[in-house]
Amino acid sequence: MHALFNLAVGPLAWLAFALFILGSAYRLMAMRALALKKDASFVAYISWPHALKSLAHWITPFGALGWRENPGVTVVTFAFHICLFLVPLFLMGHIALFDAFHGWSWPALPDTVADTLSIVVVAACLYFLWRRIAVPEVRFITRTHDWLVLALVGATFLTGVLAYHRIGDNLFMTTLHILCGEAMLVAIPFTRLSHMLFGFFSRGYIASEFGSVRHAKDW
Amino acid sequence: MSFAQSWDFTPGVRVVLDDMRQCSREYEWLEEPHVSPDGERVAMVAALPDPALSVAVNGEVWEATFEKVWYPRFSPDGRLTVLAQTDGEWTMVVDGEPWEEQYAYIWGTLFSANGDIIAAPIQQDGKYGLSVNGTPWETLFDNANQVTLSRDGSAAAAVVQVKSPAQADIAAFQEGIFSVAVNGVAWDSIFVNCWAPTFDPAGKNVATTIRRSLYDYSIAVNGKAWTGSYACAWGPVFNPATGAVAAPVRKAGAWGMAIDDAMAWDIRYGQLWHQVFSPDGSKLAAIAAVSFGDFTVVVDNTPWDIVFPVVTDLTPSPVGNRFAALASNHNSDFAILCDGKVWAGRYDMAYPPVWSPDAAHLAVTVEKAGRFTVLVDGKAYPESFDKCFDPAFSPDGSKVLIRAVAGGKYHRIVAPVAAFTG
Amino acid sequence: MKTIADRLIEDVGLRRGVDRLTPEKIQKVFKELVAGECGARMKTYMETCVRCGMCAKACHYYMSHKDPSYTPVAKVSQTMWRLFDADGKVDPKVIYECAQVAYTECNLCRRCIHYCPLGIDTGYIISVVRRLCHKLGVTPQYIQDTAHSHSATMNQMWVKDDEWPDTLQWQEEEAREEFPGLRIPLDVEGADFMYSVIAPEPKFRTQLIYQAAAIFNAAGVSWTMPSTPGWDNSNMAMFTGDSEIMARIERAHYETAQRLRVKRIVMGECGHAFRAVYDVGNRWLGWKWHPVPVVHSVDFFWQLIQEGRIKLTHKYAEPVTIHDPCNIIRGRGLMEKLREVTHFLCENVVEMTPNREHNYCCCAGGGVINCGPPFKNVRIVGNSIKAEQLKATGVHTLVAPCHNCHGGLEDIISKFGLNMHTKFLGDLIYELMEKPEAE
Ligand code: HEM
Ligand code: HEM
Ligand code: SF4
Ligand code: SF4
Repeated sequence: MHALFNLAVGPLAWLAFALFILGSAYRLMAMRALALKKDASFVAYISWPHALKSLAHWITPFGALGWRENPGVTVVTFAFHICLFLVPLFLMGHIALFDAFHGWSWPALPDTVADTLSIVVVAACLYFLWRRIAVPEVRFITRTHDWLVLALVGATFLTGVLAYHRIGDNLFMTTLHILCGEAMLVAIPFTRLSHMLFGFFSRGYIASEFGSVRHAKDW
Repeated sequence: MSFAQSWDFTPGVRVVLDDMRQCSREYEWLEEPHVSPDGERVAMVAALPDPALSVAVNGEVWEATFEKVWYPRFSPDGRLTVLAQTDGEWTMVVDGEPWEEQYAYIWGTLFSANGDIIAAPIQQDGKYGLSVNGTPWETLFDNANQVTLSRDGSAAAAVVQVKSPAQADIAAFQEGIFSVAVNGVAWDSIFVNCWAPTFDPAGKNVATTIRRSLYDYSIAVNGKAWTGSYACAWGPVFNPATGAVAAPVRKAGAWGMAIDDAMAWDIRYGQLWHQVFSPDGSKLAAIAAVSFGDFTVVVDNTPWDIVFPVVTDLTPSPVGNRFAALASNHNSDFAILCDGKVWAGRYDMAYPPVWSPDAAHLAVTVEKAGRFTVLVDGKAYPESFDKCFDPAFSPDGSKVLIRAVAGGKYHRIVAPVAAFTG
Repeated sequence: MKTIADRLIEDVGLRRGVDRLTPEKIQKVFKELVAGECGARMKTYMETCVRCGMCAKACHYYMSHKDPSYTPVAKVSQTMWRLFDADGKVDPKVIYECAQVAYTECNLCRRCIHYCPLGIDTGYIISVVRRLCHKLGVTPQYIQDTAHSHSATMNQMWVKDDEWPDTLQWQEEEAREEFPGLRIPLDVEGADFMYSVIAPEPKFRTQLIYQAAAIFNAAGVSWTMPSTPGWDNSNMAMFTGDSEIMARIERAHYETAQRLRVKRIVMGECGHAFRAVYDVGNRWLGWKWHPVPVVHSVDFFWQLIQEGRIKLTHKYAEPVTIHDPCNIIRGRGLMEKLREVTHFLCENVVEMTPNREHNYCCCAGGGVINCGPPFKNVRIVGNSIKAEQLKATGVHTLVAPCHNCHGGLEDIISKFGLNMHTKFLGDLIYELMEKPEAE
């Protein structure tokens, strides 16, 4: 188990970060090239002022019609995504690892706060899970891929929380957590989670069409 | 060109009509002014109080009156034609004389280059075809459109509907119901669609764009289809010297030029159309988009190195290998392009370029802030007008005929090329 | 859960189309389409949709049926996802289902863009499904017939080359009895604008041409109409998926305006036509913006009012409400001008909710009404939400500056027994304006 732990925090972590960063960069560049090649008569209308204005509305809770009409999802998804970024980046446990391996360090969230936020993410995943099962319009469109990405995110956070609370075998749980986290990172450029990479562009593009061609808001 | 030999090219300004509103009879309105090629006569449709319609030429109203009159047009040889209705029947009226035959409707008058042939599409008893100098095609069709007359007027063609499926019978349509009729005789071959039939200069051969199925575009010459199949194709043209047929064709989302059923210009343009041969057939030019939104003129597959949002009116010179075109920024800021160079001025509107017979000079009517003038080789005539009709050159190319309206007067101006100094 | 397969409707065009297909043929055409015409947009939309279902409430079909198979994402899941999942190798009956969803259960109204956090353009995805169906020859009979008409005559209704100028001259003659000097000026080179209409106007609604002429006459503007093909601004080929014919029509329209050397094109009160000319045709033809500027009637009437060229004898007294047509509101942002014009004409304007960019579609647009009688009920019961929205205003007059909206809303009004009638802005202006030459 120790060997696996060492593998996970060492080479596999490198690999995961490399795949995540290089994979994301590759996906973005390949998509840009594809857009220029095949969507020239659409790319031509991209307008950053319109894109940014629209994005400002869409990253504001209840700042767009879709958010206002889906209040439950709005509250949960904002909480989920904010915590999703805050926890891994500002978790004492994570920073400690970076410090140990690279000597990098930055301010951390107090442990109890990080813990609470992590539990929020797990709860949000449960909410998403419930929606996929119980809300007919979500159930109708749910496929295996959606269960998998949700499970991946959920598992990463759940195992993290369990490890932190020393529930179960700690070494096992931490190792599992790390493996899940790495799998999730790698999954970002190559699965539905790529919405993190492309979401801003797809919104920005349609906002440009609405702003510069159609003179109408898209929020 | 030959007609201009007889026109008055004495330099100077002559007021032909003191008052565009002047009329030998009381009228309700005078509209649709058209000016004869030699600039000596202004024709207008006149609504008389009777009520009746007629035509006023230099203010003199024709004796004959009609229920309706429209489409006044001068033929190249200077005859005035209008389309007129009497007792609910229509015909062509040439210099006041109606054709004998009458039709349920007539429209879209066409002329041969020397003006001796006058033709127009007609409808009679729900059947369609052409009437040429007053003689309708022997066979009329369920529909006929996109009519064209050869340069010499010896032949006329139209896209014709040769089968009559029931309403909304989409299957029958897709099996083909269209063909091209030349002088009233349809080709044996039938296509889903035919578009933009065109003659060679002698009127012996006809080429057209066809669609063999909803997805299979090609070109047919004298009824025989090319083997090449394209995602789309625009209208073909004949090389006046060799008789080769050139048409822009689309494949894999871009355009290239096919000549005689083989690719001649590679597929690389975002758009490619309005192709024209130089008169000796040695050069082929077209309007093209070199990338999205960037238009220019391409001569023998080499684009000019200036691009504009819109390019129109590509015009080859009557001799030599010169090309002129208009460019605009989406219908404003018009510029004149000539042989790959752009003239300095920008205008609110520009009209089709006119070459001198020797191709030494180029004239263009332009409008800015509601004032018209004529440019020659980029330099403006020193005066501006309320309206200018197309300019014309003297046969030797040294003088320009300007036909203009200013202050309600119609002027006929002959100015030497050197007088364009603005 | 019910799917599209549980509500198939027999249509001659769809049936004939699928009868000629095999899974291999479908796969070949699908793969060619994806390789040839689909780029980053399709790829991104297919990959990143997080299946959150937030777009459900955007769509009037879902809001009317509350059936999960009608949400925007469900339309994509029943069409494009299925095709991608199978790499295009699907049973022909799947194409029937795809076609019915794409042609009759989505108006390409783009309301869902206001709901999807990722900005996924379901309308675009559905129009690619239509493009595939067109390439497979599986299109509803009635709309396909209009596409055929467009290809053969450059107008939507098989109007022949003589019928058009004849109709204009007839309308001019009629109008001259009311307005003695009135003209419908044909082919006037250098006029300020070319006025274009959709083919149903000369075919069935000549009164609208009459009214437009009366308004332009009273306003003293410089205008013209072409006597040649290119006069029709409608474009059903855009909706069948026949981009090549769509572009041919737009080329004819723009080149007619260029030939007449007008400063701009003013279009009658039609939404889809505006979309075709303003947003779709120019792109396919390679023009970034419009080779001749395009002005919708709402915008043009607004300009006439600003310039004081329209004078009223009185305002419309009864309360009215405004329907915002997707193609000129989400498609061109004319919501405030539409309001200013309506308020200028009417004493009492009652807003329906939601409105402006958030308005519900009429359910006739996007070619759905053009799919004809077999699918009429789909768009009427599919828009009970609109009936509720209209009813809540409590008014009897509905201003809708779009032909498709008129058709769709009239059907909804009669089906749900709403005591309302629809009006074009032109109807109101004609009714209320000072008629200068009238005796
Ligand atoms: C290279 C990959 C990763 C490594 C090496 C790693 C390592 C760790 C370690 C050592 C802990 C502390 C466990 C403890 O206190 O015993 C932890 C906790 C946690 N990690 Fe990670 N992690 C990784 C990736 C991720 C990712 C990608 C996420 C989420 C996006 C994540 C979320 C969490 C959470 C939520 C906790 C628990 C925090 C709490 O409950 O206070 N980790 N991780
Ligand atoms: C800045 C980047 C991101 C943006 C703008 C973004 C945005 C969104 C939005 C708008 C949704 C749909 C609403 C919902 O169902 O909650 C969503 C869902 C989701 N996001 Fe993100 N996201 C981002 C990054 C991430 C990352 C990094 C992950 C995980 C690694 C992630 C995981 C998820 C998951 C699992 C769902 C689906 C929830 C469900 O099953 O319904 N997101 N995201
Ligand atoms: S009808 Fe409108 S809201 Fe519904 S899916 Fe189509 S575009 Fe979206
Ligand atoms: S709102 Fe957007 S991301 Fe969510 S299901 Fe609909 S299309 Fe997909």
